[in-house]
Amino acid sequence: MEKQTTLSAKQRLIRSSSKNPGETRGKILVSLCALIIIIATLSITLFLAIKGLQSFIVNGLNPLEFLFSSEWNPTSSDPQYGALPFILGSLAVTLLSALIAGPLGIGCAIFMTEISTSIGKKVLQPVIELLVGIPSVVYGFIGLTVLVPFIRNTFSGSATGFSLLTGTIVLSVMILPTVTTIATDAMSSLPNSLREGSLALGATRWQTIKKVLIPAALPSLMTAIVLGMARAFGEALAVQMVIGNVRDLPGSLLDPSATLTTIITLNMGYTTYGSVDNNTLWSMGLILLIISFIFILIIRYLSARRKI
Amino acid sequence: MQQQMVEKRNSIFDVVDLNLWYDDFHALKNINLEMNEKEVTAIIGPSGCGKSTFIKTMNLMIQMIPTVKMSGQINFEGSNIIEGKVDLVSLRKHVGMIFQKGNPFPQSIFDNIAYGPRIHGIKDKKKLNEIVESSLKDVALWDEVKDRLNSSAIGLSGGQQQRLCIARTLATKPEVILMDEPTSALDPISTLKIEELITELKSKYTIVIVTHNMQQAARISDKTAFFLNGEVIEYDQTDIIFSNPKDRRTEDYITGRFG
Ligand SMILES: Nc1ncnc2c1ncn2[C@@H]1O[C@H](COP(=O)(O)OP(=O)(O)OP(=O)(O)O)[C@@H](O)[C@H]1O
Ligand SMILES: [Mg+2]
Repeated sequence: MEKQTTLSAKQRLIRSSSKNPGETRGKILVSLCALIIIIATLSITLFLAIKGLQSFIVNGLNPLEFLFSSEWNPTSSDPQYGALPFILGSLAVTLLSALIAGPLGIGCAIFMTEISTSIGKKVLQPVIELLVGIPSVVYGFIGLTVLVPFIRNTFSGSATGFSLLTGTIVLSVMILPTVTTIATDAMSSLPNSLREGSLALGATRWQTIKKVLIPAALPSLMTAIVLGMARAFGEALAVQMVIGNVRDLPGSLLDPSATLTTIITLNMGYTTYGSVDNNTLWSMGLILLIISFIFILIIRYLSARRKI
Repeated sequence: MQQQMVEKRNSIFDVVDLNLWYDDFHALKNINLEMNEKEVTAIIGPSGCGKSTFIKTMNLMIQMIPTVKMSGQINFEGSNIIEGKVDLVSLRKHVGMIFQKGNPFPQSIFDNIAYGPRIHGIKDKKKLNEIVESSLKDVALWDEVKDRLNSSAIGLSGGQQQRLCIARTLATKPEVILMDEPTSALDPISTLKIEELITELKSKYTIVIVTHNMQQAARISDKTAFFLNGEVIEYDQTDIIFSNPKDRRTEDYITGRFG
């Protein structure tokens, strides 16, 4: 008697795992979603790779010159395509804005999680959500209207107000919510037992933050900064409105400059598909993709090093 | 003879008419307990009776909860810690705490132990080395970890982590060690090790331990306090509590009739 029931239970178990039609349908559905995303990503990457390499393969540009020459002169009789000023411009605004938004965002996150949770929830959180909701063009517009004249009038080194510094400040504000949100998640996901353990040993709150919590959350805090950098690196519109868009290497923070993204958005309407000029823009797009990929690698490396 | 020895001990904690509220909830009611130096006091009682709440008042960790209000006295070495401005840093240096689950910092084993001494101002590398070594030896962890002091404490087993946390507390040279169910997350062998450790530590430290394990209380403690619904029902020598309790409710609890 008992043996029979176990047998039938076994049979039931086997049947339910293999012959449930809903199960199979669900599996197909989600696999399809996954497949679509993979195909979309692969085709974009492939397309960008093919288009981006054409200026070197079809038009015969020297890739080294493209990467390392600072002469960008597509319209002269002997056209030159050196994208270095834009590559450096992109990297400069990205690093500089991370330098500003990183400490600010992490400081904000620590205030919200460790110092005053209630002010954090009631005031800072909504402010940050608001900052996320503002479209890039509005940031650019405010930068153009407020920041550009301010820089022009404050620093004698800046003739126009359009500068690397202006772009950096606008970008810092734009990536601040990203950095703050992820840093806040990182801090608040630390187990309370760490705080208790440190306080119970006689540490003050600040010692606890500095010597236990920040080191414990460090990989995640770095991820917050890198994600902010990825956002800054890809931003085009707002930067384009305030950075000045010149093709020379900037000599100082107050000089106007340009980035890969601003050059692409500015020029794509004026070049014909398939021309050298158009192809070099694709090459810049490819560089953007490759550097974003490097950001992702860094983030993966950091998450693997998470301690808690 | 033994009776005389017990009486010679100095009182270190003297709790007088302690009441505690979480908002309106009266969690501790008129607690009166006196604990002597170098004694192990076990705190037993059913879940929710206020054991953790009580033990957290003794190093004022309870003040992390903003809704808490207290009245009465907790005299630590003669001064009332719930009145006026208390130096929490110094209080917690003298009254250490071990938690239910080992909570090492995600740092090296060495840095974990050196954390307390460092925040209390010891910078000398040689001194720190000595403290780390002696603390780890005191918890019988030295031989297991001496070759990997610089690797992360997170890689240790649960029992090793708990012993590391005890060593970390010992490193600040406390007089009292509070333990809130220190073995409830451990396997029987690690539990046994911690119990042996407590029996050794009691020659040097005053220990207060919350436990749900009656055998544990009977094995390692000198005195036992039985809590029920925020009150101390009975507080006496452990052998008396377990062999001849005066209150019917104590008897019911230790014989497993409720709780
Ligand atoms: N932060 C808090 N806010 C409000 N009430 C609380 C809080 N912490 C504990 N309490 C209440 O106080 C009472 C005592 O809790 P406590 O944690 O001290 O019990 P315990 O004896 O340690 O129980 P256990 O054996 O389950 O650990 C419980 O009724 C609990 O619900
Ligand atoms: Mg408890």
